[in-house]
Amino acid sequence: MAYNASSDVRGGRTAARERLSGANAVAGFDVASLLDVAPYSLDHVTKSALFAEAMNALTRHHFSHCPQYRSMLEFLGISLDTHHVLADLPPLPVRLFKEFELLSCPRKDVIKTLTSSGTSGQQVSRIYLDRTNAGLQTRVLARIVASITGGARLPMLIVDSPAVVRDRQLFSARGAGILGFAMLGTDVTYALDEQMRLDHAAIAAFCESHADGPVLLFGFTAIVWQHLYKVLRDKGEKLPLRDASLLHGGGWKKLASQAVDPVTFDGRLRETCGVARAINYYGMVEQTGSIFLACSEGHLHCSNFSDIIVRRSDFSIADIGESGTLQLMSLLPTSYPGHNLLSEDEATLLGEDDCRCGRKGRYFHVAGRISQAEIRGCSDTYRAA
Amino acid sequence: MSNSNKYDTAFIETFQVDAQQLSGLQYQDIKEWDSIGHMQLMSVLEEAFSVELDIDDIIDFSSYEKGKEILSKYGVSMANE
Repeated sequence: MAYNASSDVRGGRTAARERLSGANAVAGFDVASLLDVAPYSLDHVTKSALFAEAMNALTRHHFSHCPQYRSMLEFLGISLDTHHVLADLPPLPVRLFKEFELLSCPRKDVIKTLTSSGTSGQQVSRIYLDRTNAGLQTRVLARIVASITGGARLPMLIVDSPAVVRDRQLFSARGAGILGFAMLGTDVTYALDEQMRLDHAAIAAFCESHADGPVLLFGFTAIVWQHLYKVLRDKGEKLPLRDASLLHGGGWKKLASQAVDPVTFDGRLRETCGVARAINYYGMVEQTGSIFLACSEGHLHCSNFSDIIVRRSDFSIADIGESGTLQLMSLLPTSYPGHNLLSEDEATLLGEDDCRCGRKGRYFHVAGRISQAEIRGCSDTYRAA
Repeated sequence: MSNSNKYDTAFIETFQVDAQQLSGLQYQDIKEWDSIGHMQLMSVLEEAFSVELDIDDIIDFSSYEKGKEILSKYGVSMANE
């Protein structure tokens, strides 16, 4: 589906300034007005002004509301009396969400806790969401996914087991991903049963109702490959879908070890499952909602709601084309201090505003975990039986 | 069945609550009305009234009363029945 690069930018810089002057009850800037703008429309000038303002405001917000965050900033000697250049605002290492209970809202307001899916023996991250933050995550996710679906809710086949979302109080990264995306679908159907086997009856009913129309498949890359594609291939079966888009994420590491690259993946899913468009995404439970979608060029894109910086090992800013540690910024986190994070992933900035797909913003490539970083992730840490 | 009855029945059957609990009931007030329960309720209502709700309306559907207001935009009226 074509992405319309000329969509409404709302007068660029001036409008961005006006937006910023609009008061937001939560953090001092108005993220809501960005919801009305095409999600990949802000160019460097507009976006860097917006992010400098917003990240300073969010840093002050979390400084005032999260005691541990405040202690860390004080320890680093960061004064919030002055406005900081974006790159000078300190990112929080993601592992701190494993070691501390980091909340920027009253505990009683927490309606949902997301956890990262660590392997056994590892501590998990805990991300606390209040109503406002949870709602904003879903709205932003909807805007980003609408850039490929056109905005309508589509019949959705989730390539996973309903058992993953069974614990309704505490969601793993996998469960949180599923629930977040399920909100965007209609006739939400799980393709796998409790034992991760194909649920033939459910799939047949889904295909019968929606074979001709556009549908959305969602799943973790390794699970889609292992539990949908390979099982169908071995049985010599195909899904009778004609216009399916597949959104998949969670990392390529498991598939790389089986010598499956993105081109192979897309080709096989097209042949076997009727997937006309396979769209990879990158995201982390610490910044749910503002995910990064890969374009037709295979590049991951920052939306208006997120931005990245790639850091060298001495923490200086890497050049375009140079790999380093990925720092991620998101406009969404208000109930926990996750707006500016240092990940454990190695990435390369590929460019800004000039991808051939037409999207504005930075685009990049993620190579995987930095060596020596703890193993973590969504489906990469999922152990197939 | 009137629209009001259908609407109440959707809540009562999805969340296993009594009719007296409905007035003032808000999202996350009871453990049954969490994000999963919410999607179940949306799907029951969509079927009952043959409508398809926009994502923003699903997110804004924050209480029993707010839901009536949202459904009225889809031509589902519960007044004067």
